Amino acid sequence: MLKGRLGNLAYQLGALLLSFGVVSLILLAVGASPMEAFRNMFNGSFGSMRKFAEVLVAFVPLLLVTAGLLVTFAAGLWNIGVEGQVVLGAIATTWVYRFFLDSSLPPALVILLAILGGMLGGALWAALAGLLKVFGGVNEIFGGLGLNFVATALTIYLIFGPWKRPGVASMSGTVPFPDEFSLPLLTDLRISPWALALALMGIVFVYFLLQGTYFGLRLKAVGKNFRAAYLLGIPTWQYSMYSFLICGALAGAAGAIQVAAVYHRLIPSISSGYGYLGLMVAMLINYQAVWAVPVALFFAALNIGSIQLPILMKLDSSLAGVLQGVLVLFVLLGEGVRQKFGGRANS
Amino acid sequence: MTQETILIGLAGVLASASPLIFAVIGETLSERAGVINLSMNGTILLAAMGSFAVAYNTNNILLGFLTGMLIGAVVALIVAFAGITLKQSQVAVGFVLALTCRDLSYFLGNPYMGVSGPRLQAVPIPVLSDLPVVGRLFFQHDVITYISFAAIFLAWAWIFRTRPGLMLQGIGEKPAAAYIRGANVNLMRYIYTVIGGALIGLAGPAFSLATRAGWMGTISGLDGFGWIALSITIFGGWNPLRGAFGTYLFALLQWLGLVLQPVLTQVPSQVLQVAPFPLMILTLLFVNIGNAEWVERALAAMPDSARRVFAKLLRAMRTSPPAALGVPFERD
Repeated sequence: MLKGRLGNLAYQLGALLLSFGVVSLILLAVGASPMEAFRNMFNGSFGSMRKFAEVLVAFVPLLLVTAGLLVTFAAGLWNIGVEGQVVLGAIATTWVYRFFLDSSLPPALVILLAILGGMLGGALWAALAGLLKVFGGVNEIFGGLGLNFVATALTIYLIFGPWKRPGVASMSGTVPFPDEFSLPLLTDLRISPWALALALMGIVFVYFLLQGTYFGLRLKAVGKNFRAAYLLGIPTWQYSMYSFLICGALAGAAGAIQVAAVYHRLIPSISSGYGYLGLMVAMLINYQAVWAVPVALFFAALNIGSIQLPILMKLDSSLAGVLQGVLVLFVLLGEGVRQKFGGRANS
Repeated sequence: MTQETILIGLAGVLASASPLIFAVIGETLSERAGVINLSMNGTILLAAMGSFAVAYNTNNILLGFLTGMLIGAVVALIVAFAGITLKQSQVAVGFVLALTCRDLSYFLGNPYMGVSGPRLQAVPIPVLSDLPVVGRLFFQHDVITYISFAAIFLAWAWIFRTRPGLMLQGIGEKPAAAYIRGANVNLMRYIYTVIGGALIGLAGPAFSLATRAGWMGTISGLDGFGWIALSITIFGGWNPLRGAFGTYLFALLQWLGLVLQPVLTQVPSQVLQVAPFPLMILTLLFVNIGNAEWVERALAAMPDSARRVFAKLLRAMRTSPPAALGVPFERD
């Protein structure tokens, strides 16, 4: 058992080294120094408290999305529509804000309602993908992708249409809310401890849901063998729908945080691609909730650190995505190689 | 609008659809063989960037197109290796490649942003291009658009009218039966995935060296086309003719979005550009709903006459994926 664990860890570390190696080669190919690039990325994410706070700002939505995806993956569903669920969370949050902004409600209550609204929005959008899957026979990957495009279109329509800034509408988004409607941030930093707490609560909730409850056990049964679970009397399609709703609510929370604690308004790229990135994190941690926090933090650090690359080295910041992608690819391929050639002895 | 502007617009629709035609046919071949290549969105971007860079540096457009095909083939080879040899999830590997190749194209393409490079020129076909209407529509395009027309019919004929095509259908539907009849299932899957990948890769230069010449990084507007091609492949029911119909319909809707812009001033242009997507979801719903269990139950509960009409309607729209799509083949 221990040997198996260590062997597993050796494969993961090997994949990590290999992916840094490949990215180094890519950097050399464009005539840049790999060491300099990695150092700049590290300093860009851990070099100061302010920068580390930025990493946490990216970590929060990424962790929430990953937590949600662990639930749909457990149910055997490839919820690629998570990206749109983040967007709808942000839209619903903005809608609630706009609705209560001029009311006499205390700001704290408005913020709470807005975040709950965001979770509801994400859950409803996920339910749409679920209904298409369960009652329409539309594979969740294709239904989800289509809904992602619709969600983006809806955002842009709102920003340029009904919610446009007085005067001229622009890609910079809707009118920002007054400061008192923001989730409280730490002094001089952009991170909200409330958002961080929400994200950690999300992953803890999912961990216990999947590991420690009867619901989680049955959900995993549905994911492992849909037919057998059905024959055992588990209401399979209901479980599929529940998992969509839970994932959508967590993704919606991510979108809500983007509005309530980061941008304070709706912008066209409100999801920042965290939905798709969450899919990568979930794959990398092999769908195990315990690893979600460190890996999501690592990915967030890569994203924030890479912002330095165009400034300091005239390289594109998409290097972070390349590194993340190559890493996940090597882990997937390594897993395949281990299964095929490693034998069953130490699996 | 005069008849001439409409004709020019429609001819533009046919040309602008050519990259998607290649992508849809490539994916159709791959999926017919039982391998789903989800990397398309990234592959197209990387092929678009790579082929532009090569054509720019060598000033050789043909070399550029070949580079695009090579990139598509290599990415498809990774999908095939992971899915067929290592028996890993094709969806997972394809998705990772979709994101990785996209980011790689932005990273490597940085120096080529906004550079003006070579572009395929229109080659009117003598005599035919002088025909009224038809000539303007079909015979005043660049070479890659003509090839896209031919590819539709060649792929259709290959799948449905030849012996190897019959075998192709077999390895995607009933690999065990095809194996018994002498097909080397896994080798054939490798070959079709790589050829399909090369066609998907061809979509890249069809953008960056023809219909949307140049490389503009994230603002190229190419991000998303791969996902669209994936949806159209399903819409097309894994049939090149139906897939081509879906592609032209999509291109037509996008063009209409642009044309109707001045009329529908209330609606922002970005929304009209994505109008095809809700329609795409609806069509996916229509072609798939016949596969849902509750529909069968509902049909059974209907009075005879109504059932006959509905069942016929559903059957006409319905498409089912190749039965062994995404499932590794094991000899035993």
